[in-house]
Amino acid sequence: MSDHVPEITIFVVLFVLVSGMGFVASRWRRPETMASLDQWGLGGRSFGSWITWFLIGGDLYTAYTFVAVPALVFGAGATGFFAVPYTVIIYPMVMLVLIRLWSVSHVHGFVTPADFVRARFGSATLALLVAITGIVATMPYIALQLVGIQATLKAMGVNGHWPLIIAFAILAAYTYQSGLRAPALIAFVKDILIYAVILVAIFYIPARLGGWGHIFSAAQTKFASTPTPTDDLLLNKNNQLNYATLALGSALALFLYPHSATGVLASRNRNVIKRNMAALPAYSLLLGLIALIGFMAIAAGVKPLTSGGKADGNTIVPLLFDRIFPDWFTGVAFAAVGIGALVPAAIMSIAAANLFTRNIYKEYIHPEATDSEEAAVSKLASLVVKIGAVAVILLLDPQFSIDLQLIGGVIILQTLPAVGLGLLTRWFHRGGLIAGWVAGMSAGMWMLYQIPNPARGKDHFGGSAYDLHKLGFGTHMTVYVGLIAVALNLVVAFLATLALRAAKTPDGPDATRTDDYYADEGDPKIKELDLAAST
Amino acid sequence: MAPQNTNSPPNGRTNGRSDGSPWNWLLLIPVVVPLLTFLYNRTEPRLAGIPFFYWLQLAFIVVGVVCTAIVYQMTKKKGS
Repeated sequence: MSDHVPEITIFVVLFVLVSGMGFVASRWRRPETMASLDQWGLGGRSFGSWITWFLIGGDLYTAYTFVAVPALVFGAGATGFFAVPYTVIIYPMVMLVLIRLWSVSHVHGFVTPADFVRARFGSATLALLVAITGIVATMPYIALQLVGIQATLKAMGVNGHWPLIIAFAILAAYTYQSGLRAPALIAFVKDILIYAVILVAIFYIPARLGGWGHIFSAAQTKFASTPTPTDDLLLNKNNQLNYATLALGSALALFLYPHSATGVLASRNRNVIKRNMAALPAYSLLLGLIALIGFMAIAAGVKPLTSGGKADGNTIVPLLFDRIFPDWFTGVAFAAVGIGALVPAAIMSIAAANLFTRNIYKEYIHPEATDSEEAAVSKLASLVVKIGAVAVILLLDPQFSIDLQLIGGVIILQTLPAVGLGLLTRWFHRGGLIAGWVAGMSAGMWMLYQIPNPARGKDHFGGSAYDLHKLGFGTHMTVYVGLIAVALNLVVAFLATLALRAAKTPDGPDATRTDDYYADEGDPKIKELDLAAST
Repeated sequence: MAPQNTNSPPNGRTNGRSDGSPWNWLLLIPVVVPLLTFLYNRTEPRLAGIPFFYWLQLAFIVVGVVCTAIVYQMTKKKGS
């Protein structure tokens, strides 16, 4: 540990600095009162282009992404690069669809995607399903941010639980006090650090390692020497379809995650969102370059640290930095990853807490809750969510969170018909959507259960690539589970809607109007009316 | 998945606005092209030693930026 003193010092100094910013953030763009979800949970719905860029960038490109994507490329090559097409296709979809969520939420005061579903389909049950799906999918995602911090701590030789607990306690405290303003302010520092580190890494490391040509030939040699057929510099005939479906499915899932909605709803108007859809891909470029760090680690001969006899691939980026960079810069790089974990963890816990408050607490426990009571409940819920995440990481195998995160992507996709398509059309019957959700959820779980991972000695939940041979097709091409599940979900929702219409089962009222979906800053808001009217 | 069009918004609340602009079709390019693996699943030609598979997909990011930027310019709310 002693030879890591400069790194640890810089890490701690930067960490303390941003923690201070987190607490000060409650006074930044200070509202008259913080005692409402609009203020605490959405930063007053007032963020302009720059803040939104940093906030959504910090929200979607998490520390875990920065650690796990290169680890995937390090281990499997081309298949790990799916993160790039995935983050290319997400923005056009947000521009077309999520922007409608902004408008309708602006008019009706929705805080969560489940609020929207509640009003759109007039079904508290469907909204509850969407809320629970969101919370369950988000929890392991928060836990994974800890895995990102843990990887850097390990590389600095810091083991044990206390540093992690302290980091998360500080995070919990300033999120409690400042709400969404804290991650919005910290995101500035985080991103400047990350951009600096990656730009240096992308020019400095290849120069040190003898150029890109050498890096890729070293990777080629490594993949050729392993017995596994799936790792290579290119895709093979069986995993191309999986690559494309995983990219598409992950993009659809990402935009359904409640924390994405939180980031989008916090922006000031539609132009801010549109402008950001053109500017946010700067992060995708960054992510693509970060993915290539996996190949650099191969060329540099990095061997992942092992814990409990298993190699921890997530340590390769920190280890590579530690080996190549001077100590002080390694400290900056590690701080970037560590702080990078705090921003999304804060936003995700706020999003999960808002779901609990709006769609469980207010709907079922205390319907008369005032704005300030809602804010108080959300603040407490955000603490509970974070304590849960820490407990999951410390008490269970971190691998468990990674598996849960895999499942999380598949289950959040099952809200696509209600939330994603619900923004475009009111055609589906609420009962049809519930039936589709149940079918998609069951099928997704069943398929994930069947996927083994021989490399890790697991029989179940070993990945998300489903072999079409198991469904009776005469091919071993693989497809992303989430996409198959959501396809089934849609078919069931479609058929059930037809059946329910034929049976003249009453449908819920739609509290939104067509022009609500185009509303912009300055348009009149209908506060609370719709939620009361649609019961 | 094309957005609905509102040609005659009631009570003028969305006067002159809709997200049904034909420019939105441009966004299909960055959604569809990156999913066509046969376009880029090869090594040659390399760029500065980086295989085609990797640099072309990084170039798709630029395509995405150009398409979204054009749509933004063409559909943004006037006067702001």
